[in-house]
Amino acid sequence: MRTVYVVSGGVSKFAKARPDKTFQPVVKEAYDYAISDLGLEHRQFTEMVDGSVASYFSDHFARQLMAGIMIQDYLGLCPKPSHRVEGGGATGGICFQEAWKSVASGDMDICLAYGFETMSHVNTWKGNEFIALASDVSFDYPVGGFYSGYYAMMVTRHMKEFGTTAEQLAYVSVKNHRNAYHNPYSQKHERLTVEDVRNAPMVAWPLTRLDICVMSDGAAVAILASEEGLARLEKATGRRLDPLVKVAGIGRGTDAMRMADRPHQSYEQFLQQNLLPCEDTAETRAYYHDLWDHGFRYPGVHSFRAGRMASKAAYARAGISEPLKEIDFVELHDAYTSSEIQTYEDMGLCRYGEGGPFAASGKPFLANVDYGLAFSDGDQVGACAVNPSGGLIACGHPVGATGLMQAVFAFWQLQGTVAKHFKDDTLQIRDARCGAIHSHAGTGTYVTVSILERESAPHAKEIGS
Amino acid sequence: MTEPRFPTKLPETDDGATLFSVPFPSELNEETLAGLKSMAPIIVKQPYAIDYIHSHGQDSPFFAGLANGRLLGRMDPTSGYTYATPRGHDMTTGAETDWVDLTRRPARVHAFTVCYFGSEEFLPECPFVLALIEFEGAHTLFLGRLIGVDPDSPTLDWIGMRVGLRFRRNSKFKPTDVYFYPLS
Repeated sequence: MRTVYVVSGGVSKFAKARPDKTFQPVVKEAYDYAISDLGLEHRQFTEMVDGSVASYFSDHFARQLMAGIMIQDYLGLCPKPSHRVEGGGATGGICFQEAWKSVASGDMDICLAYGFETMSHVNTWKGNEFIALASDVSFDYPVGGFYSGYYAMMVTRHMKEFGTTAEQLAYVSVKNHRNAYHNPYSQKHERLTVEDVRNAPMVAWPLTRLDICVMSDGAAVAILASEEGLARLEKATGRRLDPLVKVAGIGRGTDAMRMADRPHQSYEQFLQQNLLPCEDTAETRAYYHDLWDHGFRYPGVHSFRAGRMASKAAYARAGISEPLKEIDFVELHDAYTSSEIQTYEDMGLCRYGEGGPFAASGKPFLANVDYGLAFSDGDQVGACAVNPSGGLIACGHPVGATGLMQAVFAFWQLQGTVAKHFKDDTLQIRDARCGAIHSHAGTGTYVTVSILERESAPHAKEIGS
Repeated sequence: MTEPRFPTKLPETDDGATLFSVPFPSELNEETLAGLKSMAPIIVKQPYAIDYIHSHGQDSPFFAGLANGRLLGRMDPTSGYTYATPRGHDMTTGAETDWVDLTRRPARVHAFTVCYFGSEEFLPECPFVLALIEFEGAHTLFLGRLIGVDPDSPTLDWIGMRVGLRFRRNSKFKPTDVYFYPLS
């Protein structure tokens, strides 16, 4: 596989509704930003780009089949190759990885990944119905199809088995909303307290309205390139694209569509298939053995095996053995505060069962932001910032755009250009070198993890070589 | 940002006047044509209704069982791995599974939630309790409705609670033809 770089990105303003434009010009907002940030004109870029991958989740929301080609057409990219990908909430993350594959395989030197969703065309309760159609329509949907309900069942089990508390969930909401306060692309800009989160209207016990992401209209694009593509872009722009950000590794996992069908693996199977290298110590083996002795089974409904396997593969490819120490930040799929806590565990930022205390420790918070919270491990605040952009809970979740939005925000973090794009440097993590993006579908059915790294030294090639 | 105790905002609805005309320049010239770029969007309501003809296929005996007071799961013939929610082929062996009667097996709540909001189809039923049910000897769970508990006072103590099952007399051929209630 060839080395693949992220070379530019753009995000439209995420909003509850964008009636001012149809979906094609909303994508073009993000596209124009990305090529302008490269320093290229529309005609220059369309001559250089080899093809694209389109990302949107729902034909129901769009009420338009083949919306991908309508974007390709609108952007002036016909007759170049393109295809659409779909994988529920992970559609954007899958799109990013398919663009990576196009470049890594040698099929393309420059590939454009674009995604959107327009969720405002129906009322929230109808939107919930559309989303719930991404559950088994014979056995799950008819019982009361509602994704917030499915995730709430996961968290009641998590609370029962591990002692996770609603207040620990609220810490995540406070963090992500507070971070998004400094992100102009974000849909929500709110300063919250734990009490605000817990006193918000209850949606599906114990999840309140402020534990759950909102529906959004929005778009995002990322441009990926090989060494050769990079050289062509640098020649066209007449400047180096330093610092370079490369895709160091990708991973993807899956699990049963019906949450009820997830297996309950034995301790031995878990060790053999799912243990991360950083967990392979006598102390952690004993910790897990004790969990099994107390009835823990993996993945059950409290954990995402797909997220663990995606992380394991991505870490192996990127050479990461201690994720908490080696990854500076994670943009992860926090459709629910509870799923952020579950994902800490899947990604090995803490062990299974420790996600709640991890949230309250301060480790996933930014050290320079005042959240108005007390942390249990004050010395470790900012150890690995999670969702420094504000995540889905505050930025919004226009599904097909979300995974690409994460890629763009991670790219800007690693470039060190957050201040330029956000007009505010609060969210810039100092000297960030390694970031992970995590995209998640269904009740944990498809999960992608991609590792992005800033190259430590300027590349040696001459411009135009 | 505490929510007010009583709503201070009326819910939005989609009904209203039908509009057949909108303001438009009486004369088109360079200036008025340029001005159209800042025109407010026209937003129209487009009704959309579909009847799907859905086959339960290989799962049909499950629904026939519910209509006759039986809850059926499936089991791998060699390993005995038992699916509380029917699955035609085993995920490990790949073999076709056999039907197995779960009706009288002891059952407990594995996880639950109370939905106070939901999808459009289920809004009139809110609040309702969703529960994943575990059956003795079954390796997977079954998603159902739990009744007979107070939806305004949920507690983690419901997890592990023994439950009984009942069937609707007039079957709808949906998984909700069976439902669960606490056993004291």
